[in-house]
Amino acid sequence: MHIDILERKWLYVALGMVALFVAAIFFTAVVRGIHPPSHVETIDSASLHLSEEFAEDKLGVQPELLADGSVQVRLVAGRYGFYPREFEIPAQKTIRFRLASMDVLHGVHIPMTNMSTMVVPGFVSEITTVFPKPGEYPLLCNEYCGLGHDHMWSKMTVVAQENWHAPTTGGKQP
Amino acid sequence: MIDAATKKLSLFNAWVAFGAFALACVFGMYQVLERSGLVSFIQSPAVYFASVSTHGVLMGFVLTTFFIMGFGYYTASASLKEPIWNMPLAWAGFGISLGGTVLAAIPLLLGKASVLYTFYPPVQANALFYIGATLLVVGSWFWCAIMIVMTVRWKKAHPGESVPLPMFATATNAILWLWTSAGVALEAVFLLLPWSLGLVETIDVGLARTLFAWTLHPIVYFWLIPAYTALYCYVPQAAGSKLFSDELARLAFLLILVFGLPIGFHHLYMDPEQAAGWKFLHMVGTFAVAVPTLLTGFTVIASLEMAGRKAGGKGLFGWIGALPWKNPMVLAAILSLLMLLLGGFGGIVNASYAMNAMVHNTAWVPGHFHLIFAGTTIIMYLALGYAIWPKLCGKALFSKELALVQLWSWFIGMVIMTTPWHVLGLLGQPRRISSVHYNSVLTLAWDPYELAMILGGLVLLASACLYVYILYKTQVEGVAAEATDDRAVDAPDTAAVPPWLNSFTVWNYLILALMVLSYGIPIAQFFFMKTYDPTAWGY
Ligand SMILES: [Cu+2]
Repeated sequence: MHIDILERKWLYVALGMVALFVAAIFFTAVVRGIHPPSHVETIDSASLHLSEEFAEDKLGVQPELLADGSVQVRLVAGRYGFYPREFEIPAQKTIRFRLASMDVLHGVHIPMTNMSTMVVPGFVSEITTVFPKPGEYPLLCNEYCGLGHDHMWSKMTVVAQENWHAPTTGGKQP
Repeated sequence: MIDAATKKLSLFNAWVAFGAFALACVFGMYQVLERSGLVSFIQSPAVYFASVSTHGVLMGFVLTTFFIMGFGYYTASASLKEPIWNMPLAWAGFGISLGGTVLAAIPLLLGKASVLYTFYPPVQANALFYIGATLLVVGSWFWCAIMIVMTVRWKKAHPGESVPLPMFATATNAILWLWTSAGVALEAVFLLLPWSLGLVETIDVGLARTLFAWTLHPIVYFWLIPAYTALYCYVPQAAGSKLFSDELARLAFLLILVFGLPIGFHHLYMDPEQAAGWKFLHMVGTFAVAVPTLLTGFTVIASLEMAGRKAGGKGLFGWIGALPWKNPMVLAAILSLLMLLLGGFGGIVNASYAMNAMVHNTAWVPGHFHLIFAGTTIIMYLALGYAIWPKLCGKALFSKELALVQLWSWFIGMVIMTTPWHVLGLLGQPRRISSVHYNSVLTLAWDPYELAMILGGLVLLASACLYVYILYKTQVEGVAAEATDDRAVDAPDTAAVPPWLNSFTVWNYLILALMVLSYGIPIAQFFFMKTYDPTAWGY
């Protein structure tokens, strides 16, 4: 097979570029432990309200911190909102979201942050992140879930760490 | 020269394709207008989501499948210098695909199949939609069979010779499509159809999404290969030079075939039903398949540079100005490569394992794929239409000037529309919403971009109408012209290539191994893991 000298050079450049991109991603994934939400955990979406974790009185910001000191937030996605509709969390602290859908496919993201995951019926989505700045953030549904999809959004308030107090019971926020 | 029967077959397929294209542009125009909220009486989520579903199916399934079939028949007949093998089978494929399209169109237009382009169980569409979509794919398999049989028969009759490059690309695409469409076919036959017909009550959403992801990425290469065929086979000749390297072109097509197939998972980066390790593996594959695209960019630009220098272009960039910009095929190639450059950059962001979280399912994504698909790919389809219509009809192209206006306007319209789309994505706007009125100050920043997109939509719709008008005028009122010899397809230069660049057997085994490696456990897990399947939901 004949490969022109120019082509050969370009082939090396192309392979080098791709190797560089993959190496950068490899670094953040393996060394820094940054992965997309990939929590393969199943749950019966039809009986969320009866479950240990996603029963109505267990939702929202959890009273107890997790062992690693992070704040856990449990949300149910359902047409057309994330429940509870409002909650309050501290800035600059690790937040672990656990979400489940009670009906169809949903997705959630908070604009200008890396909080993003699909919420697939039958599975629990788990995602961990930190919000550096206090403020009001919308949680938007980003996957078509029905004719009211445009109106599926909820509100998260991020407050400075010193102004935040863990709730005494789950789901009664703020 | 191709025979009259093949011309008719190609024309019928291509007309369905471009008819669907123009119709889909009308829906697209409605969507940008509705989303802006500017005209209150057209505001309707029900109509909007029916429209988005129809637009996506028309563009992604109907336009592409029929164009690829029509162009494939033309290429096979012209480059192998044979009539189409088994013409009745080809018409049967056309009929089944068209019948499927009509069946799917009924529930789509009635708003009974607003499940968008990617189906989205457990939201359930009318069974007719799934049946129609399946038939459209089944009809295209007839085309695949004919392309493969013709290639195999030609090779038997011409031992030691290499398959002409355009046919080699077409055969690659037929094999690619059989592998690709298997995923969505499995989803339709084993999950969607029994469920929508009421034979089973629930559906495994995780499995359905994984099967769709199998199809969802390589389908892009199914669309792209005819565009690459134009870049490799038509553009160098139209610019006045020759293809830089025939062998590397074959290698690029084979790399797309082998590495394009087992990488669909990056569409599931944000999904909870697949583990990080598998996503990582698919990410590496996704980046590997950037190599043939980078090679294509090089080969095409090198061929253009040779042409520009031959025409007297001097200096580092002087050759660009010396290119025949007034040739529709050359102009399309330049515009297409520009959009590929921008769209490719966005694609690297999307493909990046963790960075994807910032743009996933935001307006950035349709911005990106409109650049790659509606830009890079479709503009080459349009140019191919201009190239083959005179041959299919035996008439001169109605107006070369209008053709240039049409290509420029498509490019400009696409730039006006996709730039705001990308910005909206970075500002956090979700895709797939029919209005932008969240009760949040953040969303006020979106409004001006929505307005800009209306302008883009108008230019694109006008351009699409102009395209159909030019084809129609050429065919119906055109001046009869002797078809000139198109060496690119009718008598391409074929280098003597090594056997492994002239046969698909080994590659098919390699694909099988890669598919088992990348999808084996991710699909099998749904059978050994306890899953809870939801029942059907309406809109
Ligand atoms: Cu939703």
